[in-house]
Amino acid sequence: MMTENTYPEISIQTADFSLADEVALLEQDNAIDGAVVTFTGRVRNKNEGKDVTSLTLEHYPGMTEKSLAKIICQAKERWRLGRVKVIHRVGELFIGDQIVFVGVTSKHRQDAFAANEFIMDYLKVQAPFWKKENTNQGEHWLDAKSSDEHKAAKW
Amino acid sequence: MIKVVFFAALREQLDCSELSLSSEGIATIADLKAQLANKNEQWQQVFANGALLSAVNHDMVTSEQPIKSGDEVAFFPPVTGG
Repeated sequence: MMTENTYPEISIQTADFSLADEVALLEQDNAIDGAVVTFTGRVRNKNEGKDVTSLTLEHYPGMTEKSLAKIICQAKERWRLGRVKVIHRVGELFIGDQIVFVGVTSKHRQDAFAANEFIMDYLKVQAPFWKKENTNQGEHWLDAKSSDEHKAAKW
Repeated sequence: MIKVVFFAALREQLDCSELSLSSEGIATIADLKAQLANKNEQWQQVFANGALLSAVNHDMVTSEQPIKSGDEVAFFPPVTGG
């Protein structure tokens, strides 16, 4: 049985998150890491020329956590990392809402910058999330972008 | 039995989120896809989409992946999170 603490570095949630709180958790009692890199993704007001009113995020419970855990492990194999946190929201989100958070600490900035981008690039193409866009022209499922595949492939 | 789950646009196109079927005669993901496509014209059309992704027990796999009774198989469109 999967408990809440099976993947302490990962949170899939409908609730919003606080960037300040997440940074505080990455830094708390952590004197060895000199670098903290965070990324926050938000809902844009326009996409491909359409006015977006909201997004509905669906995911595959169980597989989502497993795939993110794998991505985090791969990042830890490649770079010397301290702490990692990935938050992804699901459900209905509105313009300006936070969708995703990736926070990484390391002794030095190069590892933290690279690992953060790596985790985001892989999340985009491997983690089972799907966005339905609600616009002034109706609702539709977003298509995957080949540019995202290229970004992940470059690592 | 094999448990099969569908997500996002695929779930809506099939109007089905989950089903179970006998593993008899099904050795791989490709076999399962062929059997599902056989249900009716609508399903045939949906499973003709070569971009569909599949997972077995929460790991992404290719069509050649062997499957067995007790597995959870998922089919879904390319992912669009982040």
